[in-house]
Amino acid sequence: MAATVEQVAEAMFQLVKETHGKKSLKAMDLTKAMIEKFGEAECNKDLCKQAIRQLMDSGRCIYSYFGGSFITLPPDQA
Amino acid sequence: MSEKRATPLLDELEKGPWPSFVKELKKSADTPAVNDLLGQLERSYEEKIGHWKHGGLVGVMGYGGGVIGRYSDLQAEFPECAEFHTLRINQPAGWFYTSDALRTIADIWERHGSGLTNMHGSTGDIILLGAKTQALEPIFAELTAAGFDLGGSGSDMRTPSCCVGQARCEWACYDTMGACYDFTQTYQDELHRPAFPYKYKLKFAGCPNDCVASVARSDMAFIGTWRDDIKVDNEGVRAAAAGGVDIQKEICDMCPTRCMAWDGSTLAIDNSNCVKCMHCINVLPKAVKPGDDRGAAILIGAKAPIVGGALLSSVFVPFIKMEPPYEDLKELISRIWDLWAEHGKNRERVGEFIQRIGLGNFLEQIGLDPVPEMISAPRSNPYIFFGDEVSEGGQA
Repeated sequence: MAATVEQVAEAMFQLVKETHGKKSLKAMDLTKAMIEKFGEAECNKDLCKQAIRQLMDSGRCIYSYFGGSFITLPPDQA
Repeated sequence: MSEKRATPLLDELEKGPWPSFVKELKKSADTPAVNDLLGQLERSYEEKIGHWKHGGLVGVMGYGGGVIGRYSDLQAEFPECAEFHTLRINQPAGWFYTSDALRTIADIWERHGSGLTNMHGSTGDIILLGAKTQALEPIFAELTAAGFDLGGSGSDMRTPSCCVGQARCEWACYDTMGACYDFTQTYQDELHRPAFPYKYKLKFAGCPNDCVASVARSDMAFIGTWRDDIKVDNEGVRAAAAGGVDIQKEICDMCPTRCMAWDGSTLAIDNSNCVKCMHCINVLPKAVKPGDDRGAAILIGAKAPIVGGALLSSVFVPFIKMEPPYEDLKELISRIWDLWAEHGKNRERVGEFIQRIGLGNFLEQIGLDPVPEMISAPRSNPYIFFGDEVSEGGQA
């Protein structure tokens, strides 16, 4: 059974949280990590795109720009 | 309001007959943010140092593009422009507005921002210069309520732009405004949520005159062209000649491929050698027109950075009919983005990516066959290695 948007969003959020302050992650970094984690049969780029949108629309993550656009935690949660 | 800033160096830029951005800024100098902006700019001219920090965490909820963070590094001295963020607003296709729409934007901007605008930025967007962080969400809410949306910034698809096309120009070989609007709507996610190694610009030009400079300034240019013969009305050519146009000197001798001949009565064109440069059409607009079998050439890979490293785009698809819903084009774009997003380096434009991996590999990966029009110059290396299937029969 394919992973759900919520599951992928949660896994992405945890990854952003774990790497915060250590490594800047782009959308494609998260996508590659999720496909590796869930497997190609369960996760694809479209699903990851929806998961990122959910993270952004909910305010759990925000975009930052430091010579490129990255996904990070909002300042009050960092 | 704080005291008016003295700007003796900037004042020099008001002298002379040319337009002056200082003069324009000073018209708004009663606004505290603009007053401090002028003060900080004067300081930059004194010290020859820019005092802006760029980027950061600013934006509106859900979006990764459309707001460019700007912070002063002299915040104590110029507090009113300590935060001076830029907003990019997606312009209407072809930059057509009603006066009501312009008043709406101006009113919103005067309520919440500095009042300074740039109509339009080099991206094509409406640029609003100078907002504080806390004003971003209210501005966004009012703009979207009025039917506007933010444009692109950062590592996303930038706001597509187009020439006025068939709305005002008889030479437009396809509906640039329709295509621009269609692609903008299709790629809303890519516009608002950055997912690429770097920016990706789409520009739609209706003919090879390329009024949006797509050949130099977009990662993917759609330039209108035609594949049948140029339409010549020799009566019109003779009328132009009678009116003082030197057909031989101004038309035939300036044709880049010398594919035209004029015998004093008839303008003959060898269409197989015409490169669709538009010169003859531009000089003789009443007598010479683009052909009827119209579409677009797609070019890829341009970039025009401020400091250095400009690239012109290269022909990618020599001719394609530009008809909605543009499925073939969207499929092609999707394959390019998939490859580049996965393998491109941070801040690597698609043109640089193609240079790095080689056009042959790029074409193979996206599944596009090479065609002669893609060749920018003949090869200088005479050594060619044929595959086994070619060598059989004498080439070993």
